[in-house]
Amino acid sequence: MRKHTIVALVQDRPGVLTRVAGLVRRRGYNIESLAVGHSEQPEISRLTIVVESEDVEQVTKQLYRLIEVIKVSDVTFDPTVEREMAVVKVHAPPSTRHEIISMCGTFEAKIVDVGATTMIIEMTGTPSKVENFIEIVRPYGVKEMMRTGRIAMVRGARGHNAGEYVEPANSNGATTPSMN
Amino acid sequence: MSETRTGAQVMCEALIREGVDVMFGVPGGAIMPFYHAMWEYREQLRHVLCRHEQGAGHAAEGYARSTGRIGVCIGTSGPGVTNLVTPIADAMMDSTPLLAICGQVSSTVLGKDAFQETDITGITMPITKHNYLVKRAEDLPYVFKEAIHIATTGRPGPVLIDITKDAMQKSTVPDWDVKLNLPGYKPNYHGNRKQIREALKLLAHAKKPVIISGNGVVMSGASDELRMFAEKLRIPVITTLHGIGSLPESHPLNIGMPGMHGWVHGNKAIQECDVLFNIGGRFDDRVTGKASTFAPNAKVIHVDIDPSEIGKNVKVAVPIVGDARNVLLALLEEMPAQEELSELHGNASDWMEHIRDLQDKHQGKQQYKNRSASAGMTLPPHDVFDALNATLAKNGNYVLVTDVGQHQMWAAQLLDFNAGPRTHITSGGAATMGFSVPASLGVAVAHPEKTVWVVCGDGGFQMTNQEMATIIQEGIKNIKVMIINNGYLGMVRQWQELFEGKRYSGTPLSGPNFAKLAEAYYWKGITVERSADVQAAIDEAMATDGPVLIDFQVEREVNVFPMVPQNKSIGEMIVNESEA
Repeated sequence: MRKHTIVALVQDRPGVLTRVAGLVRRRGYNIESLAVGHSEQPEISRLTIVVESEDVEQVTKQLYRLIEVIKVSDVTFDPTVEREMAVVKVHAPPSTRHEIISMCGTFEAKIVDVGATTMIIEMTGTPSKVENFIEIVRPYGVKEMMRTGRIAMVRGARGHNAGEYVEPANSNGATTPSMN
Repeated sequence: MSETRTGAQVMCEALIREGVDVMFGVPGGAIMPFYHAMWEYREQLRHVLCRHEQGAGHAAEGYARSTGRIGVCIGTSGPGVTNLVTPIADAMMDSTPLLAICGQVSSTVLGKDAFQETDITGITMPITKHNYLVKRAEDLPYVFKEAIHIATTGRPGPVLIDITKDAMQKSTVPDWDVKLNLPGYKPNYHGNRKQIREALKLLAHAKKPVIISGNGVVMSGASDELRMFAEKLRIPVITTLHGIGSLPESHPLNIGMPGMHGWVHGNKAIQECDVLFNIGGRFDDRVTGKASTFAPNAKVIHVDIDPSEIGKNVKVAVPIVGDARNVLLALLEEMPAQEELSELHGNASDWMEHIRDLQDKHQGKQQYKNRSASAGMTLPPHDVFDALNATLAKNGNYVLVTDVGQHQMWAAQLLDFNAGPRTHITSGGAATMGFSVPASLGVAVAHPEKTVWVVCGDGGFQMTNQEMATIIQEGIKNIKVMIINNGYLGMVRQWQELFEGKRYSGTPLSGPNFAKLAEAYYWKGITVERSADVQAAIDEAMATDGPVLIDFQVEREVNVFPMVPQNKSIGEMIVNESEA
């Protein structure tokens, strides 16, 4: 099954992440990664979902059924900037430390913590570059690892401007209740 | 400027502002502030106390389906609202506008496993169109406005509002002018013109076109437009289980119901057709049979207000996202001149004749008129439907509510529905046994002037029959329940007979003396054991000024035919007992 990268703008309301995750699960699609965070507009969040599906059109249509979902695009075949971050704690006694440091230089990874026998490395890049880096350091002994999941943005003027979807505040100046 | 109100008063006023005048519910601890406030508004907001929350939910569904207006049901936190889960799921499957209002424990103890606390927004997330947890009184005007808007627009569906007890008790100055902020919810009512022209071109040039009319036609009130459109192009119309009533069955173009228990000629028409125009149906698997074999020669045009339905089950050549009535109006507007149509439709009568030939060959309803299979039976179920049919033909001011199972399919097959849309109410997608008695309560509240006939099985009846007490307490007189009592969970037994070597595991079913049970509830109860007594019992039910239950003790092992076995093509039907 093909992996698709889906970008979605959603209203930032309680439970929206649960709704998206629950929907993808119950419709029988596999989530490879899901990253969520604020967009350029405070009341709108932005999701990047990597999903395995034969019928990605159904995934996007189903996502649109969620009331808070504003805009969904499959950007798999669009020119995009895709990034992922991994934070890796590697076994790094003095004997291998230099090799690892030089590897980090090649990959432009940052060493953010050095302990007696370990180092924490921050690696940011395209998902495939992050993957390669992890494979390279794995033989040294990966003690802990955390990956953020992929985030994606379409290049150029076309894209997902959240500002378009923000409605003017109510005439009386009140904002929408947060329902918190 | 508005005055100060409690959250519970705001809830009542919000409902009244949205035109709600009746609610079905059961009180309890967490919802008590709402009931306290309700008393002040009782002239405008009628409350019907049900015996079980499931009954309240189905009653609200019956109200909604027979009127097109939102149905409102109420339950308290915990078990109260988990009892609403089944009707909510039912409303989701059948696109019924339903508002479920539930009490929640106070926000101060929320998340602490407090007494009668249940995460109902979590539980109902997959079975609601949307749901809310409200913890502040000042959010109530907005949430009620948005909830009812979402439930009733686009593809209607159930919406649940869970309100903490303290939010109902606290005071607020309601802001009724708050505007909806729904940038992601913009249902498309008007189909794309280019697609509509494309559809019309396909239909006008088709040699063997078929229309499938579904729930969307009923819900959008498009019966007249459907009839005009079908007549203009002389296209035969198939009505799905929820499309029943969208075109009278007496209309010469109506060829009945499709699918698992549809007529052979209808299913064959679908399998042979070259253009299939599905308006407001969702290609449920009970309609399509094995989807990959469905309508193999047809270019499919699918009109649905929910874009996710298009292309979900069946490949579509022309997708049209829009409201059924608007799309039909646009199609009528774009219709070529009559002369041009006559030229194109030289062969329309051949196609219709072919379908009627198929009907004669496979008998359709006639097989039951001269049935040999029922010879020797004391009370074949078909005799009940024949008699009811005659009664409905004479007294057209009715709504018929069915439950789920064999009787439901017999009712859909054998009764001639000519009383218009919203007169056949049933649980289709979820197929919820126990739907009919409480749903009839909602229908009767909405339509005190009509006779509300309930046809149900002895299995489904025993799931929710306590609402008989509610019906008496509310002084409702126009409900007449007919139990097709065969002492089995009949549809499951039928499958066991046909596909599982007659191993009747868990299907034989005993019941009480239903007539005596009815009498215990202060209804009139009648028992019928012989065909000769059927009509008299129905006449007596009609003539009685009060609710009546008739226990028809029918032949136990009669099957519903025709039938498409599961996961088979609808072209492969078992037509009668001898083929089974």
